[in-house]
Amino acid sequence: MKDRTISKAVRIGSAVTALCAAGAILLAGTAGRADQPDKNMPKLRRLTEAQYRATIADIFGPDIKISGRFEPDLRVGGLLAAGTSAVSLTPSGAEQYEQIARGIAEQVVDNAHRDRLVGCQPGPADPNGAACAGSFFQKVGLRLYRRPLTPAETRLAVAQTLASARTLNDFHAGVAVMLTTMLSDLPFLFQMDRVVADPAHHSAQTLDAWSRASKLSYFLWNSTPDEELLNAARDGSLMTQAGLAQQVGRLMASPRFETGVTAFFDDFLQLEGMMSLSKDSLIYPAFRSSAGPAAREQTLRTIVTLLAREDGDYRDLFTTRRVAMNRQLSPLYRIPYAPRDWSMITLPDNDPRVGLLTQISFLSLHSHEGRSSPTLRGKALREVLMCEHIPTPPANVNFTIVQDTSNPNLRTTRERLKAHLDDEECASCHKLTDPMGLTLDSFDGAGQFRASENGMAIDTSGSLGNVSFPDAAGLGKALHDSPQVTQCLAQSAWRYAVGREALASEEPVTAALHNGFAQSGFRIRALFRQIATDPHFFAATSRAPIRTMAARPSARKSS
Amino acid sequence: MTNMNRRGFLLRGAFAGAAVGVGLPFLDYFLDDNGTAFAAEYGGGRLPVRFGTWFWGCGMIPDRWNPKKQGAGYDLPPELAPIAPVQDKVTILSGFSVSLDGKSNQPHISGNVGLRTGTPVDSWQQIVAPTLDTTIADTIGSGSFFRSLDLSADGNARTSFSYRSGTEMNASVASPMELYQRVFGADFHDPNAAEFKPDPRIMARRSVLSAVTDERRRMMGKLGAADKARVDSYFTAIREVETKLALQLEKPPKAEACVVPQRPADMVPSTDVIERQKSHKLMADLLAMALACNQTKVFNMVFSTATADLRKAGSTTAYHQATHEELVDRTIGYQPTVDAFSTQSMQGWADFVASMAAVKEGDGTLLDNMLVMAHSEVSYAKNHDVNGIPVMLAGRAGGKVKSGIHVASQGDAISRVGLTMQQLMGVPLDGWGTGSMRTNRSISEIMV
Repeated sequence: MKDRTISKAVRIGSAVTALCAAGAILLAGTAGRADQPDKNMPKLRRLTEAQYRATIADIFGPDIKISGRFEPDLRVGGLLAAGTSAVSLTPSGAEQYEQIARGIAEQVVDNAHRDRLVGCQPGPADPNGAACAGSFFQKVGLRLYRRPLTPAETRLAVAQTLASARTLNDFHAGVAVMLTTMLSDLPFLFQMDRVVADPAHHSAQTLDAWSRASKLSYFLWNSTPDEELLNAARDGSLMTQAGLAQQVGRLMASPRFETGVTAFFDDFLQLEGMMSLSKDSLIYPAFRSSAGPAAREQTLRTIVTLLAREDGDYRDLFTTRRVAMNRQLSPLYRIPYAPRDWSMITLPDNDPRVGLLTQISFLSLHSHEGRSSPTLRGKALREVLMCEHIPTPPANVNFTIVQDTSNPNLRTTRERLKAHLDDEECASCHKLTDPMGLTLDSFDGAGQFRASENGMAIDTSGSLGNVSFPDAAGLGKALHDSPQVTQCLAQSAWRYAVGREALASEEPVTAALHNGFAQSGFRIRALFRQIATDPHFFAATSRAPIRTMAARPSARKSS
Repeated sequence: MTNMNRRGFLLRGAFAGAAVGVGLPFLDYFLDDNGTAFAAEYGGGRLPVRFGTWFWGCGMIPDRWNPKKQGAGYDLPPELAPIAPVQDKVTILSGFSVSLDGKSNQPHISGNVGLRTGTPVDSWQQIVAPTLDTTIADTIGSGSFFRSLDLSADGNARTSFSYRSGTEMNASVASPMELYQRVFGADFHDPNAAEFKPDPRIMARRSVLSAVTDERRRMMGKLGAADKARVDSYFTAIREVETKLALQLEKPPKAEACVVPQRPADMVPSTDVIERQKSHKLMADLLAMALACNQTKVFNMVFSTATADLRKAGSTTAYHQATHEELVDRTIGYQPTVDAFSTQSMQGWADFVASMAAVKEGDGTLLDNMLVMAHSEVSYAKNHDVNGIPVMLAGRAGGKVKSGIHVASQGDAISRVGLTMQQLMGVPLDGWGTGSMRTNRSISEIMV
């Protein structure tokens, strides 16, 4: 029943959005794609920069410096994670990876680290170091490739290490050369899904235990599998539902799960843009270059506290007055804040800020360098939080008529934008973006509160679909109540976890995920657990209900 | 010499059907007997010919930019005034257009994609052919340390219009300091150094990389078409690293014009137009030396982004916003702020040309042995017009092309420009582009 209500609401939503260019708005990820043949289900996912960094820190320790520029990740359907199964490597990217790898390898074998990280060297019993190289690369290779080296790989690693050591007349230099190459190798840079016969269903296929370990770890921790997870892969327990559930429980109970949740929301909200965000220093002197990264951290800290640590309701993000604060950001919020470090505060009831949308990150990221933009904010709201697609403006718009900032009759942004709505072609899309965006216009391009613009009080009334509201708090409430917002989150989490676009055949999977999400009271932990234990997560083909839906509690309840 | 890489510019599996097949190797094809243009090899006697693109965003105001007089000694309308000192080195191609064939005009994308791939589509991710700089790099770029140097003065590695496919963007080196380190950093060998000793560490790196990659290639199991294309790209990219290591083991040929530059001051990337001109100029000077020192033969330089990220510090309205919002001043007949930014962009181009012409090489200058295609993504930005997208050329391509003339077209497909560039650089193409952008007519007016 509940399910039906939700899908009806989506249909109404779609009817509204259909005003925009026909067919342009679809839930991202399933964007009209026919189901793909199995052979095109991508099996390789390139590590993101964050994953690469975390992986190196986990394997060799956080004191190993990683310097160099990474090939940029690609955003597909709103997610960098979904782009990992589309990108490969360009020649300049490969060169950069090799350079980064060289820097890492040289540190691993330097005097400060070799005892701990290499742990052996040639000696009387091992004159050329073959045994040492063999044990080192078997140990490190398991972590780097996220599976044991094959005997051939081990032999090759030893032979190449010894050959380099001879050329360079230095055993450790030989180790470094081989390690550099391993760090540029395909099974390190890419997560690879390896397929085996499904022990639970004869004639079906599934991912092998090592691939499972990798998927779980990068999904839940955004890093490489730890020893215990690799052990569960080795002893086969990851191939059983009970063993899987146990490991998922362990990974989610770890504080490192918060890193995983942070990584998801960083990607989902596209917050990496905050790292290079600059504002005009003459117009917004308070927004220094360090404000962008701080505002990003604020949003992520707030989310992790509320959703991961306190296991709160995702929807409450849009209505909460609680926010992480530090001394650097408090002036932008115009509130006193004394503590040296970050902490959660509750904004006073009369503060105009309520919820995620009124944080500096969202407001400043979706603005111009020297002014606010209700259209950009409304577009981000629709695209990022509701998984819609807003078409770009038609090519031949005459903006001049509607954007005459010197017109004494059009003093505020609202008055100027309203003119768009008199033009039918413009109106179809601006109706989607502006009524929401204008509600946030009491925050300037740097996210600072302002009551007026050019001497006129700012009217913050707005609407979302049929729901009207007087201010940003009302907008937050409307998003809180919108099923499209939670559906978007559920299907984004799915695409994030599998690292690719959703397939049309997976609509039942994401629908079941949303159903379970709703039944949990929209708890992120429940959603992530459901994904991580879903057999579809380890599916080797795009077809196939592997184990029927009826076997899954959420699906049973909804039927 | 060492490696004529068999890098295909065949489109990968994802674009099956649109693939442009080229028989490889075609080395003999472009080593023409009488031409001076392509005979040069890294290590050979003749000076190499280099190709590059130079991009600026938001076009121009046609009435204030398009010269009226054709041929040599063309007039310089106000927005072109900054190029006066280098006018004899700059050819103007006006009036060439992107035909959309009924497809939508995606603002600031369709024109750029159409010009650089011969087929306009809605996004870079959907391109049906690689950008022309990559086909040229595959033809002339091997044998130098970088197949191509992709640069952007805006500080953002993602600002690049060089794509092998929709998922393979060549990311940009985005600041003077990064460019310096990339080219003249630890891996640089001064071609004019008296001593050369192959570095055993490089020998070891190359040997191990080669052995491990060969083994990896053997071990790859069955993959779907898309993954296979990605894996092929991966191996091609690694192969390129190997090739570079091999080059570092050989004594580089002397490059008389090469003077190793000083490390530049670090600059914070800025959207302020004057600051942008400064960082761009620093990058142009470094690029000139990268070319003169035989580190690359192909480059892409982005002055400002598509939609032109330029601003004037303290102004709430940036260049792009001004193109749409500024009223035409009736007393003068144009948008004054837009006009000023367009003129400033041309100053950037004039600076670039001057940087290349300042390096003496052989009997002439570095620029004489280059062909640079400058272009924007629109003509009149106010309505995202893709008709008459401005294009300029600089350099004589080693004596193959004229310089300092104006060729005015009446709306011919702009793919004629791309076809001409590729043919001049030896890419064996009879025609280029699709739909009404398909053409087999090069622009003969510019040929010597």
